[in-house]
Amino acid sequence: MARREDADILDSIERWVEREVRPIARHHDHADEYPHELVGQMQALGLFGATIGEEYGGLGLSASTYAQIVTTIAAAWMAPVGIFNSHLIMAACVERHGTAAQKAHWLPRFASGELRGGIGLTEPDAGTDLQAIRTVARRDGETYVIDGTKTWITNGIHGECFAVLVKTDPAAVPRHAGMSLFLCEKGPGFTVGRKLKKLGYKAIDSAELVFDGHRVPADRLIGGVEGQGFVQAAQGLALGRINVAARGAGIAQGALREALRYAQQRKTFGKPIAQHQAIQLKLADMATRVEAARLLIRQAAAKYDSGERCDLEAGMAKLFASEAGVENSLEAMRIFGGYSYSTEFDIERFYRDAPLMCIGEGTNEMQRIIIARQLLERNPV
Amino acid sequence: MKRILVGVKRVIDFNVRVKVKPDGSGIVTDGVKLSLNPFDEIALEEALRIKERGGADEVVVATIGPADCQQQLRTALAMGADRALHVVHEGTIEPLAGARVLLKLIDKEQPFLVILGKQAIDDDNNQTGQMLAALWQRPQATFASKVELTDSTARVTREVDAGLETLEVDLPAVVTADLRLNEPRYVKLPDIMKAKKKPLESLPFADLGVSAAARVKMVRTEPPAQRQKGIMVKDTQELIAALRKRGALQ
Ligand SMILES: Cc1cc2nc3c(=O)[nH]c(=O)nc-3n(C[C@H](O)[C@H](O)[C@H](O)COP(=O)(O)OP(=O)(O)OC[C@H]3O[C@@H](n4cnc5c(N)ncnc54)[C@H](O)[C@@H]3O)c2cc1C
Repeated sequence: MARREDADILDSIERWVEREVRPIARHHDHADEYPHELVGQMQALGLFGATIGEEYGGLGLSASTYAQIVTTIAAAWMAPVGIFNSHLIMAACVERHGTAAQKAHWLPRFASGELRGGIGLTEPDAGTDLQAIRTVARRDGETYVIDGTKTWITNGIHGECFAVLVKTDPAAVPRHAGMSLFLCEKGPGFTVGRKLKKLGYKAIDSAELVFDGHRVPADRLIGGVEGQGFVQAAQGLALGRINVAARGAGIAQGALREALRYAQQRKTFGKPIAQHQAIQLKLADMATRVEAARLLIRQAAAKYDSGERCDLEAGMAKLFASEAGVENSLEAMRIFGGYSYSTEFDIERFYRDAPLMCIGEGTNEMQRIIIARQLLERNPV
Repeated sequence: MKRILVGVKRVIDFNVRVKVKPDGSGIVTDGVKLSLNPFDEIALEEALRIKERGGADEVVVATIGPADCQQQLRTALAMGADRALHVVHEGTIEPLAGARVLLKLIDKEQPFLVILGKQAIDDDNNQTGQMLAALWQRPQATFASKVELTDSTARVTREVDAGLETLEVDLPAVVTADLRLNEPRYVKLPDIMKAKKKPLESLPFADLGVSAAARVKMVRTEPPAQRQKGIMVKDTQELIAALRKRGALQ
């Protein structure tokens, strides 16, 4: 995409964030109240189709542009990004792996935001080790019958449609050869369990999805062939990691912004604390982390956009940027002193929201393992 | 066709901290973010709202400036303008020359209403709208904070020093927008894509027969004097004492 449109897009997002998102963040976060008003605005802005191809009514944005949008929003309030982010990962699974008929049927409705949802991989007993999932889909004539429970599913309550990872052959060896992805819309046999209470990432619904004899037509199997689900889900994670990295960078940037301002206003011993060297060292490290995170994301996104394999780069970006979010929010807490603990400032929200970025889309432990594996693979002795 | 013409100007973005060149010959513009003049955005927003209410059929935006001003015209098209006119000109255009160019565009487009920002935040001249009305020999209503149209008139509420003043002017007329007229919309991302395909007509400045000769000589640019640091006083007593000390109070 040309740079002019990028600039216009980011300008528009910035304006929207300052006018509509930032002002409601504290209230919705503290009340753990879903920001319904933002959903309509996101729909009008086109965010539900951000990365979906233009031929399906989406905007067809590159991962690079998309990551900048995510960072811009997360720098004010990270949580609302989840409303369209996991929705877009579901859409990406269909766009990359779906049949022509599936793309034509689902993508326009996803792009317009008429049908919204997310992605259901994690189960109570299987997160990192996704091949250990127990949800099964059994073929019965022209339908599949799905049984099992998913947990931690973003948009679980307010979304209607989910890409759900199941086992179509629980006995398969290797285990992933028996895994498939289905598109499931809420209905008989597919209900929402409880809304989960969380430390941060509040206002956005994370919920249990319960499948109890849920029947779906066979054409809901993404790609139309059994046994592809694990690979399909794993490929979606590359984009997912760039997204989480972008959120981490946003949190890091937002924390820096708050800290920079506060450090120039708060005075001790007759001068603004920004004049004390100990605070300057923190500010310098924080700003450096923000820039480094941005560059890693830019590099990973460029590689993703060019169609190259990017798990090493996306892994590094995700690892570094999410840790930058955690470190910067903690450093900002220190800079705010006692007021960091006040719920009348935003910095405590950044501090609570940041750690999720180290967990989602593959924990940072797993990112390190992926990076190391790629290193060894690319540099044999 | 009921048409509104909106004049827009590219300026240094209002968030940028403007720096004066060391030699005082102007301000630093290299690598600085440029945007639509905020008052012009308000003018455009008002035109779009009038059109959306059914009060106009078409909104045309026009700018005078170098080739890359097209960017700002595309932004205006993304906001919702139907067409754009670009009078291509390098270098400064003073308000009178700007007004003369706009008059040529009025001849071409025959709008029933022209809306401009009350001033551009670069030079803060606050002249173009007034000069244009005079050249066009039509009524003007400047500093608008509210615009209501009938078939043949515009009722315009103006922000003046003493409060609010309401004028009724016959159309066609020139209206200039003040800050509180409206809050411009944020652009929808799909509209940014659609704007790429909207008509944008380039008109060479030379073809319009308007002189760009400067009538004002810019002598020097300098930054405002650094403000002295203030002092904090505890109460009115201390305030009065401080004022006495400076001789501001007897
Ligand atoms: C707010 C929130 C929203 C979420 N949204 C979604 C969603 O929309 N969809 C979805 O499917 N999931 C979602 N998740 C789930 C998330 O993806 C998982 O929590 C994550 O993948 C980790 O899985 P787990 O919690 O089971 O941890 P575990 O897999 O039990 O890991 C526990 C610890 O062990 C480490 N570990 C595990 N295996 C290894 C290994 N081989 N080597 C070294 N260390 C290892 C991990 O790094 C971690 O530190 C969400 C989670 C949260 C908290």
